[in-house]
Amino acid sequence: MDAIKTWWLGLCNDVAVWWSGICDDFYLCFVKEDRYKLILDGIGVTIKVSLFAILIGIFIGFLIGLCSLSKNKFLNFIGKVYTDVIRGTPSVTQLMIIYFVVFANVHWEKWIIASIAFGINSGAYVSEIIRAGILSIDKGQTEAGRSLGLGAVQTMLHIVVPQAVKNIFPALCNEFIVLIKETAIVGYIGIMDIQKAADFIKSATFEPFLPLLASAIIYFVLIKILTVSLGFVEKALRKSDVR
Amino acid sequence: MITVKNLHKSFGKLNVLCGIDEHITQGEVVVVIGPSGSGKSTFLRCLNLLEEPTAGEIYIDGEIINAPKVNVNRIRQKMGMVFQQFNLFPHLTIMENITLAPVKLKKMTKEEAIKKGEELLQRVGLSDKANNYPAQLSGGQKQRVAIARALAMQPEIMLFDEPTSALDPEMVGEVLDVMKDLARSGMTMVVVTHEMGFAREVGTRVLFMDGGVIMESGSPEEIFGNPQNDRTKNFLSKVL
Repeated sequence: MDAIKTWWLGLCNDVAVWWSGICDDFYLCFVKEDRYKLILDGIGVTIKVSLFAILIGIFIGFLIGLCSLSKNKFLNFIGKVYTDVIRGTPSVTQLMIIYFVVFANVHWEKWIIASIAFGINSGAYVSEIIRAGILSIDKGQTEAGRSLGLGAVQTMLHIVVPQAVKNIFPALCNEFIVLIKETAIVGYIGIMDIQKAADFIKSATFEPFLPLLASAIIYFVLIKILTVSLGFVEKALRKSDVR
Repeated sequence: MITVKNLHKSFGKLNVLCGIDEHITQGEVVVVIGPSGSGKSTFLRCLNLLEEPTAGEIYIDGEIINAPKVNVNRIRQKMGMVFQQFNLFPHLTIMENITLAPVKLKKMTKEEAIKKGEELLQRVGLSDKANNYPAQLSGGQKQRVAIARALAMQPEIMLFDEPTSALDPEMVGEVLDVMKDLARSGMTMVVVTHEMGFAREVGTRVLFMDGGVIMESGSPEEIFGNPQNDRTKNFLSKVL
């Protein structure tokens, strides 16, 4: 009986020590010297970079996607080379080339340059998604539009694209999620995003566990919020489906 | 109204149309019949340039349409087309399907187009479906909407590419009725079909095509009652 009691008290003590350790670490990592502000600012930066990169990515992706679909050999070639080069090189390398080489003498804010770099990267993947989406629409739809006298551009804009968007929406969401996580490399050009903030706290406190856990949880929550809200959008897009 | 001179069309090495000469006048209902692969559909699709002819000329109202620099879109506005697979726009309601082209091409204001759309839906007997989506309609209803959609552009000519071939048998009648009504109103029509009953009853002229040429042309009485060409006799003996 005494043995169990000793063991139990010992366990309670261990848990208490462990817990007070966590509390101390928590204080050290997030409260002391207002370090939580680093993380909060980091969230803002991650969101800012991702959002702009997505917009740029869709724009570039649409143009390059149309190039790849074009019958014009030159445009087709441009589309092919673009996707080949971007998909064939690591995004860290692209980010660093764009920041340290292409924009070396341009003094814009770092996060804008990072957005451009990620937008250019994402554009290659989005272009393939858009190409697939447009090809997924039956040729009869284009023929019906053209037979009514609508021009090629009008047919594309009012008939093919709205249907294609619905088909490619899940794939686009996937690309956005990948992109958000990809921005965790902006630390390479000295931008303080979520990951860099966690890394900074880790170095300052020699405590790796809590900052990195916090980083993981924040990314997870951001992406969960995005997934849920995009789910609503998709439902709205599907209102013409009767299934 | 439509004049076709020495029309040729080939896909790669395959010659689908091998010299077609034809003249269609206003108010005619020309029914094109023939075995599969005879070039009927290709001929029809050449008329509004969904297929570009390899050689030959097509004139609509005396104006050549398959020359460079011709505004194809303007020509197509004069011609409605109905497809075998309906090709309704699934992301738009029935009313939006009908009003899209007239509004975007600035032929009518939105209000005019909706008024016209209601009129047309009444004509094809689908007034209650204006706010439904295509997926909620039966095949026959879809094809009637497709006809209404083509008519909304107030075309001078209507082209039908096997409009009843994708329908369940019990729905063929409702579509043919709409087409008969249209023929009676004096619309110029070119119809590719396997419905011999329709050809006989509504057609003012029947073309029998085989091997990329028009083998025989004449009134339904002549073609069905007393065909001259051996191929025509052979084909009719199989389908009638």
